[in-house]
Amino acid sequence: MHIEVKRLNKTFGAGTPAVDDVSFGIARGRLIGLLGPSGGGKSTLLRMLAGLEYPDSGEIRINGQRVNELAPQQRGIGFVFQHYALFRHMNVYDNIAFGLTIKKEKKTVIAARVRELLALTGLSGLEKRYPNQLSGGQRQRVAFARALAPRPELLLLDEPFAAIDAKVRKELRTWLKQLISQLGITSIFVTHDQDEAVEVADEMLILQRGRLEQQGAPQTVYERPQTPFVASFIGHSRTLEAPQRLRGFDGAVTAGGSAIVRPEFVEAGLEGELSHPSASEPGTVRHLFFRGTHLEVEVELDGNRLLANRPLDRPPLQVGDCVQVLVHRLYVVEGETVRLLDNPLKHDPFPVHI
Amino acid sequence: MAGMITAHLSPEGSARPRHIDESPLARRLLIGLALLFLALVVFIPLVSIFIEAFRKGLALYGAAITEPYALSALRLTLLTAAIAVPLNTLFGLAAAWAITKFRFRGKNVLITLIDLPFAVSPIISGLIFVLLFGAQGFFGPWLDERGIQIIFALPGIVLATVFVTFPFVARELIPLMQSQGSQEEEAAATLGASGWQMFRRVTLPNIKWGLFYGMILCNARATGEFGAVSVVSGHIRGQTNTLPLHIEILYNEYQFSASFAVASLLVLLALVTLLAKSAVEWRTSRAMAATQQPDPLAREGGANHAH
Amino acid sequence: MKGSKSRRVLPGFGLSMGVVIFYLGLVVLLPIAGVFIKTAGMSLSDFWAAVSNPRVLASYRISFLTAFVAAAVNLIFGPLIAWVLVRYRFPGKKVIDSLVDLPFALPTAVAGIALTSIYAPSGWIGQWLAPLGIKVAYTPLGIMIALIFIGLPFIVRTVQPVIQELERETEEAAVMLGAYRLRTLRRVVVPELVPAMLTGFAMAFARGIGEYGSVVFISGNMPMRTEIAPLLIRTKLEQYDYAGATAIAMVMLIISFAMLLAINYLQWRASRRVVME
Repeated sequence: MHIEVKRLNKTFGAGTPAVDDVSFGIARGRLIGLLGPSGGGKSTLLRMLAGLEYPDSGEIRINGQRVNELAPQQRGIGFVFQHYALFRHMNVYDNIAFGLTIKKEKKTVIAARVRELLALTGLSGLEKRYPNQLSGGQRQRVAFARALAPRPELLLLDEPFAAIDAKVRKELRTWLKQLISQLGITSIFVTHDQDEAVEVADEMLILQRGRLEQQGAPQTVYERPQTPFVASFIGHSRTLEAPQRLRGFDGAVTAGGSAIVRPEFVEAGLEGELSHPSASEPGTVRHLFFRGTHLEVEVELDGNRLLANRPLDRPPLQVGDCVQVLVHRLYVVEGETVRLLDNPLKHDPFPVHI
Repeated sequence: MAGMITAHLSPEGSARPRHIDESPLARRLLIGLALLFLALVVFIPLVSIFIEAFRKGLALYGAAITEPYALSALRLTLLTAAIAVPLNTLFGLAAAWAITKFRFRGKNVLITLIDLPFAVSPIISGLIFVLLFGAQGFFGPWLDERGIQIIFALPGIVLATVFVTFPFVARELIPLMQSQGSQEEEAAATLGASGWQMFRRVTLPNIKWGLFYGMILCNARATGEFGAVSVVSGHIRGQTNTLPLHIEILYNEYQFSASFAVASLLVLLALVTLLAKSAVEWRTSRAMAATQQPDPLAREGGANHAH
Repeated sequence: MKGSKSRRVLPGFGLSMGVVIFYLGLVVLLPIAGVFIKTAGMSLSDFWAAVSNPRVLASYRISFLTAFVAAAVNLIFGPLIAWVLVRYRFPGKKVIDSLVDLPFALPTAVAGIALTSIYAPSGWIGQWLAPLGIKVAYTPLGIMIALIFIGLPFIVRTVQPVIQELERETEEAAVMLGAYRLRTLRRVVVPELVPAMLTGFAMAFARGIGEYGSVVFISGNMPMRTEIAPLLIRTKLEQYDYAGATAIAMVMLIISFAMLLAINYLQWRASRRVVME
């Protein structure tokens, strides 16, 4: 393991813990997305890795070596700040060169390295500009180049895209992912935007109220959420209060429990359109939402309201239409864990009573 | 500040519909009233100093500001400022660093204590040093035995001046550094900069204009302080007379023109101070406008960060 | 790991805090403590006699009354000037804006002699007032003029940024709700300015009570009539009546501290309002 964190804790003042007993390991060269709602402890965790905050207890190891006592200057970590924290009185060149001049590198070495990074980040020609003469995306890239200049072993990025407008953000994150995989540097970035984490990260760490909820590849986390929080946070979902009334799930879910359902696991359509008509039940269309690539249908069943995705090539529906609804999969909440449950009727096309 | 004010104004006031702003008549009336008040209270006194100074001709003006007592008062004033300003600058930097970069208990108390000299009457600012170091003061006999004179001598004048000008630099720097936050310093730390490198290469360039303005203000007050210095100076001409005290003596001796001539020197210094203030404000407002315009989102985030 | 909570990332806390405490203690706190120690050495009856003597009481009254009236006058004209400077355009505005700071930058003694020469019966303005029977120099009115001069920037400079930050939209909202200009100003604008006006008033008042340099020339310094408290301290010191001087100073110091706390409280309240909104 390149980075190892063991039972890390941090509380500010007398409040609730910002980071609560967090442990994880990260292999070399991975790009990690640290995801969670605002105020979940992501930035605090990142700042402790960087040495900008000291943990109350627990251990941080880099390459097997405990770094708790090391000052940020000695850790050899690159850090990209949320608002970039560019040195406003220095031009682009001097910003990028800063870390190297601290190391007292030769002028020619510094110049070569800065040129290389300017080319890499597409900033060539802007070296004489000052931060206030750059666009948000350009500043972000300067911050990135500045952090990379001293060749850190680990790169930390705190909400790297938060201050950039939506359109540039998409381009920038594709660019960043390619660049990091090209450089092969272990990187951790903080985000509260799940699309961003899913799209960019090799692996996600999901943090809520200071606790680590789940670690895993985006697809794994999406398909097999381990906690109710992750199941409801990742993807588009709805919580059902009476899942035991859904056809097929009546025996599998105890009354009084709740379950989470995703629209992509629900089919709603006219008679004959569904893949497993025997597992479906009737419902009424309440709302229709056009989502660009598909239609989202809100249907009311006996005691539950849920969302279903519907391809655009199917015949149109109207509010008030009666449709058949098939729920393929539920995430059943059982205390602190979540159980994935496929509709049992789907696998048993000829139920006993026929 | 002036630059920011114009930015707030609509290009032509009269282009706005009626009843949203004051009517043009009311507007002119208000401007007139404000200007009249400023003229009576500030502008006429300012102009009168120069007119009184030159009333008896250039020759007398020249003589008044070059006579030996005036020159020695000027020397003493400059010497006092040259000691007080650097001391308070160092203190201001230390105080601003401690207060804006760290969390600790009693920060608000500390800020209030730094303001204390502003709240104390200049006369009392002089009195406290007489109580400590005067002939009947706590340390008076001890100093007397050793032949050290503080009150009615240069050290007393310097001490009183340092006391009176104590908060200026700190008060300029604290809000400035608070609004700038610590992120640039943290960035420097992750790039390997030591404390001194961080301060010299990142903090100092960012605060240099605020620091400069704080020092200018401190200097203006140090050269112009009257009440506190008049208590601890012995008013000995050619020895412990500063420029403001020299003005008082001339005035009380009915040498009005000479008195105003010497005063005009201090007025020039005050005008330079105001000019420096405008220049610093112009620079910072320009820098702010430049950082804020291209990236409104970053500015929003910056504002949040400042809280 | 021991003491992890108190560790700090940025360096220099010990050094800067050490410098601050040492210097603050030596230059400010120790000397001020001297006043308290000196007073503690007096018997209560001596202290009472020193501060309740009619001449002393008169000087307090003059200092407070003139400072209060001067701050009140500035409370009217200060916000007016701030409003005019922020909202209107007129030639020479920038120069006038900097001129507001002149009382901060001008040595008090210089202000004192200038104001005296203008408002003396033979002066530029005094000669017009004298035939009307209005005497300014060497009367409490003169002291007020000096204190208006000294206090003006305090109120203008605390109110001005608030006017700048006022959102035009709230005024426009009032217009849309049917309010005409005067009512909009009274109901929407002025309430927003009140906290800043109070802070500025307190600052100008506190400064006025202690002011010396600009007042001594214009006041005439007649005991019981135009003798301000700081001047009386000075007089007592010149007569080597240290105990008497210290007693008067003690009373003024306590009032100054109270004003300082009041100002801090007002500012804290104003800032809390902003954050909460």
